[in-house]
Amino acid sequence: MSAVVVEHDHHADDHHDHGPAKGLLRWIITTNHKDIGTLYLLFALAMFFVGGSMAMVIRAELFEPGLQFVDPAFFNSMTTMHALVMVFGAVMPAFVGLANWQIPLMIGAADMALPRMNNMSFWMLVAGVLLLASTLFMEGGAPNGGWTLYPPLVLQPITVGKALPFAVFSVHLLGISSIMGAINIIATIFNMRAPAMKLMDMPLFVWTWLITAFLLIAVMPVFAGAVTMLLTDKFFHTSFFNAAGGGDPVLYEHIFWFFGHPEVYIMILPTFGVASTIIPVFARKPLFGYASMVWATASIAFLSFIVWAHHMFTVGMPIAGELYFMYATMLIAVPTGVKVFNWTATMWKGAMTFETPMLFSIAFVVLFTMGGFTGLMMAIAPADFQYHDTYFIVAHFHYTLVPASVFILMAAGYFWLPKWTGHMYNEKIGQLHFWLSTISVNILFFPQHFLGLAGMPRRIPDYAVQFADWNMISSIGGFIFGASQLLFLYIVIDTIKGGTGEKVSDEVWEEASKHSLEWTLPSPVPYHTWTTPPAIVPTEHVLDSH
Amino acid sequence: MSTNTAYYIPHKATWPVIGTVGLVTMLAGFANYLNGSSIGPTLMVVGLVVFIVMLVGWFTLQAHESEAGMYSTQVGVSYRMGMMWFIFSEIIFFAVFFGTLWYTRNLSVPWLGEGATKELLHSTFEATWPTNGPGKLGGDFKPMGAWGLPFLNTLLLLSSGVTCTWAHHGLLAKNRDQLIKGLIATVSLGFLFVTFQAFEYHEAYTEMGLTLGSGVYGSTFFMLTGFHGFHVCVGAIILSVVLFRSWKGHFQPENHFAFEAAAWYWHFVDVVWLGLFVFVYLI
Repeated sequence: MSAVVVEHDHHADDHHDHGPAKGLLRWIITTNHKDIGTLYLLFALAMFFVGGSMAMVIRAELFEPGLQFVDPAFFNSMTTMHALVMVFGAVMPAFVGLANWQIPLMIGAADMALPRMNNMSFWMLVAGVLLLASTLFMEGGAPNGGWTLYPPLVLQPITVGKALPFAVFSVHLLGISSIMGAINIIATIFNMRAPAMKLMDMPLFVWTWLITAFLLIAVMPVFAGAVTMLLTDKFFHTSFFNAAGGGDPVLYEHIFWFFGHPEVYIMILPTFGVASTIIPVFARKPLFGYASMVWATASIAFLSFIVWAHHMFTVGMPIAGELYFMYATMLIAVPTGVKVFNWTATMWKGAMTFETPMLFSIAFVVLFTMGGFTGLMMAIAPADFQYHDTYFIVAHFHYTLVPASVFILMAAGYFWLPKWTGHMYNEKIGQLHFWLSTISVNILFFPQHFLGLAGMPRRIPDYAVQFADWNMISSIGGFIFGASQLLFLYIVIDTIKGGTGEKVSDEVWEEASKHSLEWTLPSPVPYHTWTTPPAIVPTEHVLDSH
Repeated sequence: MSTNTAYYIPHKATWPVIGTVGLVTMLAGFANYLNGSSIGPTLMVVGLVVFIVMLVGWFTLQAHESEAGMYSTQVGVSYRMGMMWFIFSEIIFFAVFFGTLWYTRNLSVPWLGEGATKELLHSTFEATWPTNGPGKLGGDFKPMGAWGLPFLNTLLLLSSGVTCTWAHHGLLAKNRDQLIKGLIATVSLGFLFVTFQAFEYHEAYTEMGLTLGSGVYGSTFFMLTGFHGFHVCVGAIILSVVLFRSWKGHFQPENHFAFEAAAWYWHFVDVVWLGLFVFVYLI
């Protein structure tokens, strides 16, 4: 394999230091995977707080029965926008940011395979989110028919006002961004990997992202197609979802969830990858069952395409369909169980230490498993008729997203920030952040299981008085959780500005370089790395399978 | 191959952000237009112009870099993977509309015409295909037959696939004359296809009563053929650029990614048409 040169394009001026451009322009025209990773991560963090503020509005309104602060339509806008902003603005971009930073470092590549397109992916994301956010300030407000945008509800003037075309085009832009990002990741992993690294040597984070990238390319166009049909039904007289013209609103649900189910795995598979990267380092053991982890990830990805209708058990499907989707869904527990057992076995008899990234990772294993179990409950079609569209589903998916994906994103921040910045974060504040988050996230979401089982429907600003106590407790948990995240913001800023002042070693974490390539580089990581690919790659993480 | 064996990583890129601004301006304009705002069309045009400037600028830059030998074999592999997975995403996009057609014909329309739905809601509705639904939306219409212009268009597109491959052989054999002639034929057949499709649409709207509003038949017919027609236009424009570059002397037997990408795209459009001909027109 040849060496790599970093050259100026024809617009570049003539400085030859190969460093970043000066001033603010650097961040607009950059093609460097580290710069773009930083942009993605900071954007995602900002959106995490925007989406989080919307959640605070929701919990404030639900603090007591009755209408307190906002009118019902705005409340529904908040639930819709909270979901869209968190999914498309925070969690997905945060993982793309991690992919940008880490994949080239971990596979010994000089940069992403298609650096200019990498820049475009990021700006398309910003454009899409801005288009979506602009609807908040429009006559009729932001979309308030739920993030699933079901017709005919979302086509009615009262639920969408002037927002529909903006929401649709926003989805198109976000789709283009995701597809370009995914293509880049696939090309990078296949074409830029150090020759010494075989596919089955790759860190699990790289594997899970490779599989996630295929999911993205396969389902983002599906969502784009679905919302395009919403647009034409609304403005161009088509009848895709209109029974009067021979169409069927249920078709939208099928198409949406054919996208939607893989979409939730797009948010969880990279989560698995980061957990599988962090846990072995702090257990000081190789990852247990590396090969089974890879195959379990691939199995989950495959199964995600054939289970979508478990989101619509109550829509009126033929009984054979209900049974098929019930059993297919339960099958997912098998590869997911493999993963949970592997993480546990990795920690078994390990020389464990409990720094903040490890704490978040352990909390992830426990709390994600709980979210998985409630998923299994709802996979049972007859039982789901009781749970459907109640706070039970809200509790379920928040357990799989907040103490899972979001916790692991925090863990990744604590784990890699010292490597990226060369500064150590404040461990005391990190641990405080962890304990506050973990306790409050359970106060926030656990009572929602009870509310759901008792029959409280989701997406309403008011509720019957028997739900009052648990809602108040949930809201208190929510406010503590929200406030605790300001600690994370503080830590990120503080670490970038110098942290504890302690000089971190290249390895940062004890013997981390046995697990993955990035720890063999200097801290902070230089602007350009692996211009010559490494000749040897660490194999600690794959010892079990060799 | 090219003179450079190193992997080329550009230092800065200005076109991506310009293109993004153009695209989002165009879409915001379109959304404003749909909402009846007067600023919409202006924004659309401005956005489109910026977007086209970006396309011209970015592709010119890439062409110059390619001809300057800045792309190694490994860079070429990245580009090919990029194009391959882009086309895959396009296939999925079309699959959504083919799936819609399948679901409608085989599930939702039959359901409308049977059992309690038929008895209680619309007893006169016969669930046959084509249909504009129980509400007879868009009024009476005639469905589009397969053996007139659509069949001619099938022959045109299939021949264009052949001429495209013939041009490729010319390129590989360093026969520039054959390359250019093959491309001229391909581009002409492509634009002829679009012209015939325009005639077909005109006839549908003016004489057959078949419009986008003709219930679910009109919706699926125009959505599938319309998006395909748009892709033919894009493919023909790409091939025109490739033709222009061939005429300028670009491309070598061992370095012609742009030609290959355009040819792949063209064959993809071709195959989608075969699917359309069978599932939309024929059965």
